[in-house]
Amino acid sequence: MNEALLSRIGDAVLRGQLPSIENLVREALAENIPPLQIIQGGLAKGMAAVGVRFKAGDYFLPEVMVSAKTMAAAVAILEPLLESGTRIEPLGKFLIGTVSGDVHDIGKNIVSMMLRGAGFAVSDLGVNVSAERFVEAIRKERPDIVGMCALLSTTMPAQKKTLEAISAAGLRDQVKVMVGGAPVQAKWAEQIGADGYAPDAVSAVDMAKELLGLVSGTD
Amino acid sequence: MQIVGELINTSRGAVHTAVDNLDAAFIQGLAAKQVEAGADYVDVNAGTFVGKEGDKLCWLVETVQARVETPLALDTPDPEALRRALAVHRGRPLINSITGETGRWETMLPVVAEAKAAVIALCLDDAGMPQSAADRLRVAGKLVRGLEGAGVSMEDIYLDPLVCPVSTDTSAALAALEAIGAMRREFPGVHAICGLSNVSYGLPKRRLLNNAFCLLAMQQGLDAVLLDPLDRSLISLIQATQTLLGKDEYCMAYIQAVRENRLT
Ligand code: B12
Repeated sequence: MNEALLSRIGDAVLRGQLPSIENLVREALAENIPPLQIIQGGLAKGMAAVGVRFKAGDYFLPEVMVSAKTMAAAVAILEPLLESGTRIEPLGKFLIGTVSGDVHDIGKNIVSMMLRGAGFAVSDLGVNVSAERFVEAIRKERPDIVGMCALLSTTMPAQKKTLEAISAAGLRDQVKVMVGGAPVQAKWAEQIGADGYAPDAVSAVDMAKELLGLVSGTD
Repeated sequence: MQIVGELINTSRGAVHTAVDNLDAAFIQGLAAKQVEAGADYVDVNAGTFVGKEGDKLCWLVETVQARVETPLALDTPDPEALRRALAVHRGRPLINSITGETGRWETMLPVVAEAKAAVIALCLDDAGMPQSAADRLRVAGKLVRGLEGAGVSMEDIYLDPLVCPVSTDTSAALAALEAIGAMRREFPGVHAICGLSNVSYGLPKRRLLNNAFCLLAMQQGLDAVLLDPLDRSLISLIQATQTLLGKDEYCMAYIQAVRENRLT
């Protein structure tokens, strides 16, 4: 029974059925399925399936956006319940921003959304974030992972500069650093000494979990 | 309609390889083909050569101009690379591009002013990504006033409204289209330019969307465009649209193009 309902929830995310997700989630809550299980056993599985289709070229960007929105709408209902009851700790704290000189934020926002959905606490610094602001935010917020997004080959060097600033500030061993954005490749990540890279939002979540030594609980 | 040929850009793998190997014949071939197809400017971009962009851009300018007479669009956000490219460029280039973001504005403006060249100005400032047409118009106003103040004439300013994908925001194309119309009314003499491929990002059969967008933008007053001039169906559509918009006296350009078998 629960299984069937959870799979309907996953399916609603996969199909981006925004209007029906609220009722499904309420139905699941009425069945006493714990909120965390609804997220992990239903929503996240649906979103993972979206990722697979997107990678295969069967799904297009708007479909990913509607699915992510559907998931976010469900998480918005469930989150307060998580907090009041068995307050679960986030998987980790993720600080994200688009580097200096770059205002592309669509991809970064999708990554944030997916991380939140997967259970990370995400703090988003926005776009055109200078190395100094990254460093300052790391000091203040003590994230586990810092994610830097760059969409221009001319702003990729800002990822390197920011990494250097993090090292110079003596913070490098306190955070894992991930880089991403369309022109960024694994080779570049390695070259500048980042800890991780991901080509898309779904892999970004996997990579974040991997960096924190967490075994994926959703698959 | 002024056409800026976009193919000599090192973010395209084959071009990167050719520039890396100083393969002049390949680059010159690509330039000549674009000019034959009707390009008014040939864009050159060496952005993927981080640290060596200036050298590569100068090489591109000299290599392309050794073959074609058409002026180039010098495509770099780096004032130093631009300064060097301007020094080797013959004739009047189109600088691609300046924005209203503080750092970029302050470093690019002196170079632009000194060059006495035409310039593309992106509607972007420190307030971040413009959302609405009104946002874009506000930034456009600042850019036009600033450029004019630095001695750039209205006819040399090409405003780019910034086109975002409809795939992530279905009102994105409309915002850019409305901005184009408003800019052309508000700043007589100033040109409106944009690239065509952003709009279709993330969707299948992108050319269909790019082409439809181009025609809608022309209706709003777009009079310059960055595109692939070798795309004959697009070039044909543009010619037909010019004729329909009353910009082709006695339809002569259209008839001529058909006679020369240039339209598909
Ligand atoms: C939309 C867009 C814009 C919009 C941005 C709007 C916004 N709010 O973001 C606007 C119009 C403002 C814009 C401006 C410019 N753009 Co632009 N833009 C694009 C476009 C079409 C789509 C980018 C996008 O949103 N993709 C969708 C998302 C979902 O994909 P994504 O960003 O890659 O993100 C995914 C992954 O990369 C990853 N990821 C992303 N971030 C992170 C972070 C981490 C930590 C991790 C792990 C993973 C990760 O996960 C994401 C989701 O799966 C691209 C084309 C392209 N091929 O990328 C050009 C493109 C990036 N732009 C380009 C250029 C040149 C510019 C401009 C300089 C000039 C111009 N005329 O357009 C200006 C620069 C402005 C600036 N200072 O930043 C070039 C860059 C060339 C290069 N290699 O340097 C591109 C490639 C277009 C092209 N072919 O010329 N652009």
